[in-house]
Amino acid sequence: MTFASANPAAGPATSERLPVRLALIALACTGLAILVIAPLVVVFAEALRDGWSAALASLGNPDARSAIRLTLTVAAIAVPLNAVFGIAAAWAITKFDFRGKALLITLIDLPFSVSPVVAGLCIVLLFGANSTLGGWLVAQGHPVVFALPGIVLATLFITFPFVARELIPLMIEQGRAEEEAALTLGATGWRTFRTVTLPNIRWALLYGVLLCNARAMGEFGAVAVVSGKIRGQTATMPITIEMLYNEYLSVAAFTLAAVLALLALVTLALKSLLDRQHADQIAAIGQP
Amino acid sequence: MTALPRHRRAMPGFGLTMGLTLTTVCLVVLLPVGALLWQGASAGPAALWDVGSRPRTLSALALSFRLSALAALFNLAFGVLLAWVLVRYRFPGRRIMDAAVDLPFALPTAVAGIALTTLYAPNGAFGALATPFGWRIAYTQAGIFIALVFVGLPFVVRTVQPVLETLDREVEEASATLGASRWTTVRRVILPALLPAALTGFALSLARAVGEYGSVIFIAGNIPLRTEIAPLLIVIQLEEFDYPAAAAIGIAMLAMSFTLLLAINLLQIWTRRRTGDV
Repeated sequence: MTFASANPAAGPATSERLPVRLALIALACTGLAILVIAPLVVVFAEALRDGWSAALASLGNPDARSAIRLTLTVAAIAVPLNAVFGIAAAWAITKFDFRGKALLITLIDLPFSVSPVVAGLCIVLLFGANSTLGGWLVAQGHPVVFALPGIVLATLFITFPFVARELIPLMIEQGRAEEEAALTLGATGWRTFRTVTLPNIRWALLYGVLLCNARAMGEFGAVAVVSGKIRGQTATMPITIEMLYNEYLSVAAFTLAAVLALLALVTLALKSLLDRQHADQIAAIGQP
Repeated sequence: MTALPRHRRAMPGFGLTMGLTLTTVCLVVLLPVGALLWQGASAGPAALWDVGSRPRTLSALALSFRLSALAALFNLAFGVLLAWVLVRYRFPGRRIMDAAVDLPFALPTAVAGIALTTLYAPNGAFGALATPFGWRIAYTQAGIFIALVFVGLPFVVRTVQPVLETLDREVEEASATLGASRWTTVRRVILPALLPAALTGFALSLARAVGEYGSVIFIAGNIPLRTEIAPLLIVIQLEEFDYPAAAAIGIAMLAMSFTLLLAINLLQIWTRRRTGDV
């Protein structure tokens, strides 16, 4: 393959001349490097500004440790719940016909277009100490806002569509014939799901869970509103990054940020691996 | 063998999965959004209007919308270019570039926020380049614009890419055979075919930018009336326990989200009709 060749499918009449091609490639690469790659590089450069030992020492700080623990706890609760919900919703929507299906899909998609801060605001208004429900829950000794349940709820809201959205187009395309065959042959519903449906959707499910997890661990806006930012108690990793940065503890802030950036890079690597190896089993063709 | 009769309820699990779905949708989405609307309704339209017409609220909403629209426009142009280069050309590093487009989706917004601020601060790597000209990027509206470009970048690329991949080459050949220059073909044949998908990406990018918080607040400077975005104003009102004011801005933003969601759905229907997908 020669440098900057046109797509092999192109004939001479349907591509641009070499100088034009080179200029467009250079423009795209430069733009992407400035806009996207540079911020990523800065995260690691700033984390390691005082060397590896300073960076690693900042991770040993009790606040950083409790933030990592909290973020892992929140993801461990929210991601499985959303996976179960996503599978249930995709099953109900793709295996049955009922009225109001379009409305249900719109409601599931809604959190994608709501600002994270507005999501947090909604939860505070519903469960905050001066709302009816929230006041009662606080009196019972189960506060939601400024506590773990609120953070989990905010994370659930923000990551709500991830799994369902990956599964629905795929399961529509796969149809119902295989499940119907299994049922006709006498398999129970659960067995049909486990041995027929699950193998068909596993890569798409993994894909959805991967994206859901990345977002759950990195969510900032919604969690910032509901968490109360209590150091050592309700400060997740992103919240702790903000607190450290505002206290001019740059190395500590960027080290924690680098941990999340590494998670993002691993997520992207796995995502592009899945994209390449199981493209046909991830999303229905032609669905943006 | 005769065809199997299609029973509506032959497939099991409707009650279980539908029940679970509706319960979760109600608990996680409908109740919280309902609480926001209820707060607005119980405050009354007069109170909402009073908050909504304060100069600080109006200026925050206008700033959020104006800069988001500018950032989405930039992403529209650069996103189409990126999609074009990634689909049509083969060059070393193409796969890495393709994966890097998703980085703004994967990188937590707080991480992006502090990284962009460090980069564009007056003593930062890019900020220092602007200082000799007397320009400041971080802590001005230019900084907010850059953060919004960052978070919205993947949308146009990812909506245009699949359409570009399935575009029929024969149409381009026909255009060339009929004597059109390459530029004419691009302008009159290819770009119109990409338009619905590109506009969908534009609307998605706009919707994301209007609500964006984490990557903006660090670089914005947050000066009332000048660099204070609407989501930040909600947070400030909440910290002052002014719930009606927070709800008023929240409802305004929710209305904006709904309008954009509707526009995106209409655009997607248009895209599918154009590209002939089901």
